[in-house]
This record gives sequence, structure tokens and C-alpha cells, in this order.
Amino acid sequence: MIFDRARRLKDAGVLGLNKRNGDYILRFNPRSRYPLVDDKLKTKQLAIAAGIAVPPLYGVIRTQHDIRSLPEIVRDHPQFVLKPAHGSAGDGIVVIAGRSGSRYRTIGGTLLDADHLAHHLSNAVNGQFSLGGVQDVVIVEYMVRFSPLFEEVSYQGVPDIRIIVFRGYPVMAMVRLPTRASGGKANLHQGAVGAGIDIGTGTTLTGVLGTEVITHHPDTTNPISGLQIPDWDTMLDIAARCYELTGLGYIGVDIVLDRDRGPLVLELNARPGLAIQIANRQGLLRRLKICEERADFTAAPADRVAFSKQAFKYPVG
Amino acid sequence: MNNRHIYVLAALLTALGLGLFAYKAKVLGFPLKPQQETQIWNIEAAVAFEPGPAAVKATLRIPSLTPGYSLLDENFISRGFGLTTRIAPAGREAQWAVREASGPQTLYYRAAVYRDDTRLAEDTTPPFPEQPVLDEPSRVALEALIAEVRRQSADVSSFTTELLRRINQGDRDPYVRLFLKRGHTVVDRVQLATVFLAGASIPARVAHGVTLRSAPGPVQPEAMLEVHDGVQWLYFNPQTLQQGLPRDFLIWWRGDEPIAEIEGGFNLNVTLAVQENLLPAMTVAERRAERSGSHAVDFSLFALPIATQAVYSVLLMVPIGALMIVLLRNFVGVKTFGTFMPVLIALAFRETRLVWGILLFAIIVSLGLLIRFYLEKLRLLLVPRLTCVLTVVVLLMLAISIVSQKLGLQPGLSLALFPMVIIAMTIERMSIVWEERGASEAMQEGAGSLVVAAIAYLAMGLIWLEHLVFVFPELLLLVLAATLLAGRYTGYRLLELRRFKGVLPSESSP
Repeated sequence: MIFDRARRLKDAGVLGLNKRNGDYILRFNPRSRYPLVDDKLKTKQLAIAAGIAVPPLYGVIRTQHDIRSLPEIVRDHPQFVLKPAHGSAGDGIVVIAGRSGSRYRTIGGTLLDADHLAHHLSNAVNGQFSLGGVQDVVIVEYMVRFSPLFEEVSYQGVPDIRIIVFRGYPVMAMVRLPTRASGGKANLHQGAVGAGIDIGTGTTLTGVLGTEVITHHPDTTNPISGLQIPDWDTMLDIAARCYELTGLGYIGVDIVLDRDRGPLVLELNARPGLAIQIANRQGLLRRLKICEERADFTAAPADRVAFSKQAFKYPVG
Repeated sequence: MNNRHIYVLAALLTALGLGLFAYKAKVLGFPLKPQQETQIWNIEAAVAFEPGPAAVKATLRIPSLTPGYSLLDENFISRGFGLTTRIAPAGREAQWAVREASGPQTLYYRAAVYRDDTRLAEDTTPPFPEQPVLDEPSRVALEALIAEVRRQSADVSSFTTELLRRINQGDRDPYVRLFLKRGHTVVDRVQLATVFLAGASIPARVAHGVTLRSAPGPVQPEAMLEVHDGVQWLYFNPQTLQQGLPRDFLIWWRGDEPIAEIEGGFNLNVTLAVQENLLPAMTVAERRAERSGSHAVDFSLFALPIATQAVYSVLLMVPIGALMIVLLRNFVGVKTFGTFMPVLIALAFRETRLVWGILLFAIIVSLGLLIRFYLEKLRLLLVPRLTCVLTVVVLLMLAISIVSQKLGLQPGLSLALFPMVIIAMTIERMSIVWEERGASEAMQEGAGSLVVAAIAYLAMGLIWLEHLVFVFPELLLLVLAATLLAGRYTGYRLLELRRFKGVLPSESSP
């Protein structure tokens, strides 16, 4: 039973954590490059230098002392996001959607007084959200106003698009749609809906909630599949170029679609999760193998995107 | 990266570990099971005499070639006497000498022997014995007897048996009668047998020894006939005619001489005594290794002070616990707080026992969490808050200890061994996971940690395993090899089989 299941997963080309770590991350992601993606501030600066669009940076809070300068930083920006540079899995991110008197209103509608926010910042600066509890810095940046396209299929929060890029080739993609259960976060294991994307066309496939296949968003009840992601080619191009940016061979590129600014890179992940396989209902390993067998790893980003669009057009067989 | 490299390394480590293990277990006899005891016998010869007016020299024959037994230890108690031991043709001898002595003297020889089936009889073939020098009538009788016995036997063994049977008939046998003195003893008869066998050109000698009994007390030496059939030594009981060396028979000395002799003294009296004893198998193995000149013991844990040994008996189990974590994390896919935290918790369980350990741990962590949620409201900075949690944890532990003491519950007291810093960190981490990812995730990781800790505890608590790893630390090389191999396991984790179930439906296969 167990071995049968394992064999079937293997036949379906499903990538397990051990294999991801041992055969992909350890092999293609040089340790020395990790800081580039683990520190979101560095990623942002690199991306800006390379001309890749990111949410504009308003300021950085580096020390306990800097916390006082927050009102100064956000004076002209009623909406902003606080993001610990070393946070993982969205930990410690606060999205402020507006003000109410002296208080800040989060995207979820909670009112926070300045004191409360300062406490949160202090925790973040002291490393509460960073791996290993080391000192951290907090990025204050532009709040993405997400494209109306996704309003139909999201409950609060910002839906984002995750593209797995293997040695410069986009191999698999999904869109993560926040739900009421996920508290507006685009995190699959917190209850967000994941929907696979056809790399070839940029249209969504069926969605997954937990391990259950769904066709409609649980909160908005709108259909999930068949949505055309705007600017899909730009997104693939951005994702492909992130390889040159970091030198990491196996990354997850998180992109959001801003109403005004188009696709923006939110962050890069050197240890992208495997839930994307469930959302696409297909194994990653098969696609990685296709890349390893057929792709030319010296090709330019545009050629790589062309290859991926052709090789990973739904249904990938 | 290179799998073959790892396989070779793992194979080398395994071979090294198993090789050392086999050497220590088989050759040096290190015990495989805990509390194993080895039967040993303390043998003692008390040599009592009265010295004459001049110099005294006492000779005692002591065990040297003892098939089936090995010498563990020996010592000589001889106040005021000079002692030399030497190898004589018939075996070893101890010689005590003193220029002058007054009053009755007693010298002691003490030895400890243990059963050792690898120890065989001498394997060199002795030369043919010289023909005994006899007067004419005796010689004729001897030849006639030999001819008759030879006729009734097929080989050395049956020849000897027949010969002994005739000697035992004593006066009733016409030939034997000529050779036996009045009032002969068993030893005399065995000596006579060696003379006859020499006449038939068969090497033979008298072996004197004692029967090792379990009841302590004096023993009488008994004589056995040792006969060489051209290939090996055969043993015969002169009285029962049974062939073979009884298992509990220890050969003390050989030859026609008595066990002890004295020059310049009189009233020599030798008493032999045997006492059975049980020694921890480890002690026996150690001394044995020492005597055989092996350095295995010098470099073993037993060379360390006892207190340090006790620490290592625990420390050596930590890799076993860590191996459990590797298995549970990389092969099963259980989530835990921190990588090795469950091992530390498992170490704490050693003191509290499992059920109490889990209970106390759960109590402290839940109380700690409550406090932590309260502290969250106070908006303390991170490090001071951690310190607060730590202090509260210590106070909670103290409170639980005192309350359980009042209630007469023992396990509450051993709580102090819980790694409190680890607990404080667990509480902190759990509360963050709780807030950021929800209670179910926090509970899942908490329960995962406890399950892993419990399994690690059970593995680390296996008495036989602890003993094996302590006596044979080289077995950790096997753990290392297993971990190396596990480090290259890229198959699915058990829980992933369920997790990725959704990828499988029929349309996933093209």
C-alpha cells in the first residue's frame, strides 16, 4: 500500500521534500547566494538595480530608535506595508490600508494604535520573525493595490503568483488566492486557495483548498479556473531574469499584479514549497527532468521563456 | 553529491565499527548483555611447613597449561620470602626462599581462573618416551602385559582403557601384581600406567588437578592419565576409565613429582581450596584484555573516572536519539519545534519517566503559554520578554515540585532536570506560530515534538542498547553510516504520500 502509493507518486513525477532539498536546493543553490533572497531588502535593491519592478521602498527601520521615524516615513503614504526583511512565510507582515484618526487600520479592518504598531516593529527589529532570532530590519513599502481581476476570487489580502524557476526556466506556476480562513494571507497551508496556471497561456486551471480540488472560491463563490492572468509574458520574463539576479538555480518567484504598476516582484524564495504541485495537480519532478534533458542552460531569458511556454503548455505530458 | 562516495564511506565506517565490535566481543569477551556475569573460580594453595635451622626453600607447582580454563589473575602471599617463578619442563613452579625463618610458616598461592573453551591442550607432539629401566623379570612381565593388552585393543585409546582396567584389578592381575606396592594410591596406579605406556612407546604423563565445584572449601587433588595418540592428548580417568577431560577439571600440575617440595624444612602440608565466584563480565574481559596485552581497554571508556563514565553512558545515547529524529523527520515527515529540542526533552524524560514527563512538559508549556499571551499585552521587547518567560518557567517548575512534594508525588521533584531554556524557547516559538499560523499548526508542531521526544526517549532508554553503545562505542560508527545514508535519501516522506494524494487522480497521468 505504502510502496504502491510511493511508486505512483514517483510515476506522476511528484517532487518530495527530501529530493527537493538533496537534489535541487543543495545542488543548484549555492549557500553564499542565500543572503540575497533571505534578506528582502537586498533582493529589492538588487531588483531595482536590474530594472525589475518591485513595490517602491518608502523607508527602512533598522533599529529600535528608527521606530520613532515611522510617522515621518509614511507621512505621504496613507497605505503601506511593514515587512521584516528576514521574515519567512509571511510572518510579521502588517498591511496598513488607511488611518482612522491617530490609529492605523489594517487591511483586515483592525485598528492599531501607534503604540501597538511600535511594539510590533520592536519585536520585528529584535528578530522575532527572523530565522534563528537574529536582529532584523523592517522594510516600509508600497501597498499593492491588486488588480480588479482577482477581486472576484479573493477575500481581502493580495493574491500573488508563485513561479518556480529552475536554472532560469519557469517550470511551474500558481496563483494563491486569500480566503476568509487564511485571514487574507496568500498562504496555502493557512487556508488560501491555490490554483495552477498554464505556463503556455497564463490561464488558471482548477484550484485546490487544502488537498481538496475546488472549482469555485469558497468565499466569493466565483469560478476559479479559466481566468486569464494579465501581463503573463511580462511575469514569465521577470521570473526568468531573477535567475541572473540571484544565481540561484531553484527559486520561487513571488509576483503580485498591481492595478497601476503592473507585475511587481514581492520576494524570492530559495526553498520554495511543494504545494504548488497540488495546485497544478502535477508533479514538479517531471518538468524539472524535461528541463534537464532538453533545455539549453546558456540561453537568454527571452529564449528560456519561449522554451517554457512551449514545453509546459497545458496539458504537460 | 557523489552517492558512491557516500556508499563507500558508509561501508567503511560500518566495516570498521563491526570489526572493532566483533574483535572486542569475540576475542576479548566484552559482554553483549548488560549485567552479564562470568563464573570464575578462586583457587588457593596453602603451603604450610616448619622451617629447619638453616635456609629454607619451598617449591610449589602452579597451573600453567590448563585446557578449558584461562588464568585471570594470580598472586603470591609470602611475607619475608623471596619469590621466583620459573618454567620447568613439567610446567610452572613458584619457589620461595628465605635465609632464616622460625615457627610454622604458611605461604599462599591464589589464582582466579575462568572457563575459556578456546584454550586447548598443548598441540606439540611429544617425543617417544624412553623405555623404562627394569630388572629382567619385570621387563618380561611388562612385555607380556603389553602384548596381551595390545591384542585386546585397536588403538591408543582402547589400549589405554584396557591397560587401566588391568591396573585397577590390582593384585588379581598376574602381571600388574609384580609392579604394585602394598597400599598403593590412585596416583601410584596412574604412574604405573605411564611406565607401561612408555614400555609400549606411547607418550603419557600424570596430570594432577582439582575439580572446580561451586561449594567453597578444601579440595583433594585428583590424578588423570594424559596419553598422546600421535595427534592429540587424550585424558583418562584412572578410576572410572572414562575418556575425556571433565569440563570442571582444572589441571594444576603434571608429572610424577608432588605438588610441593621443601628443602631445609619439614612437616610440609599443602591444602588446596576452590571457591566459585561471579564477577561482572566486564571486569573479567578487562583483565583478560590486559593480560593478553591488548590496548582495547586502555582506550575504552572504562579507563575514565566513574563519574565521567556515567556522563558518557548518557551522552553516547544522544546520537541514537538524534538518529530517531532523522528517521521521524526525513522519512516520516513529523514537524517539531527546533531540530534537536526533542532529544533534550527526551533526556529530561530519563529522570521523570515517560508519562510523567509528557504530563509535566504539557503542564509547564501550557501554563507558560498563558503567561506568554499575557506578556504579549504588556508589549515587552523580545529579549526581556524571553527572560520573563524563562523566569516564569523556573518558578512554575519550582511550584510544581513543591506541590508534588506535598502531595507525595515523587516525579514532580525530578522536574528540575528539564532544560528550561529550551522550554522557554519552545513557549516563545509556539506562541508565535500560534499567532501567525493559528492554534492548530502550533498544536500540531507541539504534539509532533512530544511524539518525537517520546520515541527518542524510548530508543535511548533501551537498556541493552545503552549497554552495547557504552561497551562498544564503535557502534556509533554504524549510526554515523546510517545517518550518512539517510542524508542522501531523496525518496518521499511517509506523510507526503498523503499530502500529495491530490496530485494523483487519474487525469494527472497523461
